[in-house]
Amino acid sequence: MGTSLSKLTEKPNIWPWLLLSPLGIYMLIFFVVPLADVAIMSFTEPRPTLANYTKVLTGALYQRVFLNTFLTAAFVTACCLLVGYPLAYLMAHSKPRTAMLILLLVTMSFWTSFLVRTYSWMVLLGNNGPLIAFLQMIGIESPPQLLFTRFSSTLAMIHILAPYMIMNIYSVMKKIDPALIRSAESLGAKGFSLFRHVYLPLTAPGIANGSVLVFVICLGFYVTPVLLGSPREQMIAGLIGHQIEEFLAFGLGSAMAMVLLAVTLVILTIYHRRFGLDKLWG
Amino acid sequence: MTSYLQLSSITKTYGHFTALSDVNLSVEKGEFVTFLGPSGSGKTTTLMIIAGFEKATSGLVQVGGQSITQLAPHERNIGIVFQNYALFPHKTAVENVYFPLQMRGVSRSQGLKKAEDMLSLVGLKGFGHRHPKELSGGQQQRVALARALVFEPSLLLLDEPLGALDKNLREQMQIEIKRIQRSLGVTTIFVTHDQSEAMSMSDRIVVFEKGRIEQAAAPLDIYHRPQTSFVAAFIGESNLIPATVTNASARIAENPVLDSFDYAGTEVLSDGQPVTLLIRPEHIKLSRSPIEGRKNVRMTVETIVNYGDNALVIGRAGDLTMRVRVLGADVVIIKEGEECCISWTPDSVFVITK
Repeated sequence: MGTSLSKLTEKPNIWPWLLLSPLGIYMLIFFVVPLADVAIMSFTEPRPTLANYTKVLTGALYQRVFLNTFLTAAFVTACCLLVGYPLAYLMAHSKPRTAMLILLLVTMSFWTSFLVRTYSWMVLLGNNGPLIAFLQMIGIESPPQLLFTRFSSTLAMIHILAPYMIMNIYSVMKKIDPALIRSAESLGAKGFSLFRHVYLPLTAPGIANGSVLVFVICLGFYVTPVLLGSPREQMIAGLIGHQIEEFLAFGLGSAMAMVLLAVTLVILTIYHRRFGLDKLWG
Repeated sequence: MTSYLQLSSITKTYGHFTALSDVNLSVEKGEFVTFLGPSGSGKTTTLMIIAGFEKATSGLVQVGGQSITQLAPHERNIGIVFQNYALFPHKTAVENVYFPLQMRGVSRSQGLKKAEDMLSLVGLKGFGHRHPKELSGGQQQRVALARALVFEPSLLLLDEPLGALDKNLREQMQIEIKRIQRSLGVTTIFVTHDQSEAMSMSDRIVVFEKGRIEQAAAPLDIYHRPQTSFVAAFIGESNLIPATVTNASARIAENPVLDSFDYAGTEVLSDGQPVTLLIRPEHIKLSRSPIEGRKNVRMTVETIVNYGDNALVIGRAGDLTMRVRVLGADVVIIKEGEECCISWTPDSVFVITK
């Protein structure tokens, strides 16, 4: 009796692991091992010292790039919120047809490869592009340089990341009990006070989710800033690529990657303590 | 002299569907009125029109002689307790209660004090700092009630507020709501589909069916003198017997199964008029043999439903299904499948003409 019972409970313990094993092995070979390699390299290349970290954490260039990365990520997050919140509100509260249309536009943009979207911005903002042509047409003789500036890379990152913000806020707005709004109205709230005291606090979890997601993704953004941004105002991922591809400074690049990883983990940990990571994916 | 709350010819249509047709109702100040009816009968729609969340297709809503038909919900000064309480999850209990005062520009210190006082009145002294999710269903209910009353509304509307509570708590809250309502004297409209709730709490019951008011009367009047067969069937258990008046002056009617028998009441009827006769199950007596001085009918017992202190005996007399309510002790004399005698006196037979 006792043995048969223990056998029964044993079986389900093995099966999930067996089913998970292909993925586990894959993750081990292609994620854990390379990551560990990067971590080791950051201490051992070119010589086993802490020199790489000293350089990353004290060098003026690296400090500036880190600061720049954080400011850019914060700015992009704020812009995504400003653009995304009203759009999510429209999606959640307009008639089904309108809501579907906005949802379609947002998801279409979301599903399009971000490389394609990055190149589209190159076409739109380039010197022979429609925007410059328009500026010339309305009489601006020497239109400003748009492409390869902080402006173009930030604009493209906002465009690429906004759907994460929108979908997060939208899912929270959709779940708000309409009775809460009615109840607030019956108690005398209207317009802005209704928004500030009831609606905004109720959507706060969506804002937090979306912001963390956008901020974290933006910290490590590589392709868009590299292709669209100014070479003088790099972000950290671009600088890492630069170190490795051009100077073959594997140790220094790895140390920067580890610092970036550590910062990201710290942010996620703070978020997890406050809200719970499981909520991040809806 | 007009009454405090006046609904005049309220009609509400959704496309071709008529949700409410020509609803008229007067409610006196301080009255506790219950809207009772099955789902889809129009009781909640009427409540929402009073609250301002639904617009009547035509008709007028007046409070204290003033029309509020054109006012938005936030301008109406009406307290509402919603079905699921609709407490703000991000605010504590006392902040929830303070909210309507905050919207009316009452200072924080003064408002929070008033909110605390209101929480004490509903029996939640010391619970103010808790968030709604840290409160039980009954406690949330009390917070919702406090929040709907703290700003001294002109009306209190309760939309099936007890539906989510278990039976014991529900009875406790019925008494509690009644006590608070009396102590504040606030005019109250209570919506429910639970007739016992309506019976125990109301000064007056308004029975809705298919977008119309079937009857509006005091609970016992509704029970003993239902004006339509819908009301008779909906409120309490009932035996409804189709009959034809055979002698209007002597108050005698006839049914193919029951033959002729006397009925009570003062309505003026005419010979040959088809009517429905109502006999409440508790007015019927069950016995082995006929009882002198009563109308006796033979019945075959089909089902006995025991409730402990009483039992419902269901049986057939000809093609009529009859329901008899007997005391628990009496039910031992009869078994399912047996034949017995049921009897009643003329004064327990009510005539329904609609």
